[in-house]
Amino acid sequence: MSALGKDPATFYNEFVKGIWKENPIFVQVLGMCPMLAVTNSAINAVAMGGATFFVLVGSSLLVSLLRKAIPKQVRITTYIIIIATFVTVADFTLQALAPAVHKELGAFIALIVVNCLILGRQEAFASKAPLRLALADAVGMAGGFALALLSLGSVREVLGSGSLFGFSLFGPRFEPWVVMILPPGGFIMLGLLLLVFGWAKERRARRAAVELGEAGAGGPAGRGGR
Amino acid sequence: MDKSLVWIFFSALLINNFTLSYFLGLCPFFGVSGRIATALRLGLATIFVMVITSLCAWLLNTFVLPYAPYLRLISFIVVIASTVQFVEMAIKKLSPGLFRALGIFLPLITTNCAILGLALFQTSKGYGLLAGLVYAVGAGAGFTLALVLMAGLREEAELAKVPAIIRGTALNLIIAGLLSLAFMGFAGLFSSSA
Repeated sequence: MSALGKDPATFYNEFVKGIWKENPIFVQVLGMCPMLAVTNSAINAVAMGGATFFVLVGSSLLVSLLRKAIPKQVRITTYIIIIATFVTVADFTLQALAPAVHKELGAFIALIVVNCLILGRQEAFASKAPLRLALADAVGMAGGFALALLSLGSVREVLGSGSLFGFSLFGPRFEPWVVMILPPGGFIMLGLLLLVFGWAKERRARRAAVELGEAGAGGPAGRGGR
Repeated sequence: MDKSLVWIFFSALLINNFTLSYFLGLCPFFGVSGRIATALRLGLATIFVMVITSLCAWLLNTFVLPYAPYLRLISFIVVIASTVQFVEMAIKKLSPGLFRALGIFLPLITTNCAILGLALFQTSKGYGLLAGLVYAVGAGAGFTLALVLMAGLREEAELAKVPAIIRGTALNLIIAGLLSLAFMGFAGLFSSSA
């Protein structure tokens, strides 16, 4: 999981891996609960992405700073309490700045506490890395998460309500696919996006294999996902 | 009064199923649903944790949180973590086989968003003690139902001829989408009494 030791651990590498190569949603399939629940419109996706970004970056910085001070036995509890503190801050801030969006997202802002992505990054990376790398990792992972949220949210809003960020796109003749903003649409659309992602990855792998003169060796058999 | 309790139960069980319409508890939903037997046992453990959490959340809401509302999240998560620890010790003592079968997913109940979600929804809906407990049992049973149904479908899908590229998470997500579509049919169940 953690790229420590695989690539040279530079600031840039740690940053990019979260956006693309180890994208938390499309590759690692972490943090799906908030992902599916709030992506029925692009604006909700942006709010959720922003809140998660704040919590992940803040708690990664704090955990990385305190990594020598936290006793090993109680580390998970400590991480959770740190995360819960940042989530409380994000929750109250959003409530004050954008009450309408906060109402729409409901309990899901509070549920960032149990987003496995955040706890996973603390355990796998921030607790072992110096401040600079922890920052790069957190920004990359949170950016990748926000990008995935935005892409799913946009697709679902365009298909489900015929608009994007509230602006109508197709005019009144468009018959919206209501199922897309309902729960089943979330599952199915994420499934399809993962499918496209897997297909692109396999195609690239096959092309690389052909270029190396290993035609017929086939791409990576089966996806290692679970 | 009685009728509303029944409504709370069935609403949490079928109509607003935690997993299929609120997207809560997806990690175990996709992680543990490979086998029906394991899925059922994890579901039962989750119901148990949910009931205790609901009780503790009510106690906290009534006696502590009016004085310190900003502690809500932190206190809930600490209660859940300790409950799970307790259940883990109990299962290890009473049924070592089950303990091994559940493996890592037992401690991970702590980060099952369905549990924290239950405590938060119960608070925001203003349920009392009894209504909260009924809600917890309904939500837990709904989670178990979804988990077992999903496990059954996945056991079948193992045998089906599916293109290799769709196997894994993508296929599971699409199956879950169809299951969720089927559950939406329950939405009309209580329209008259709601």
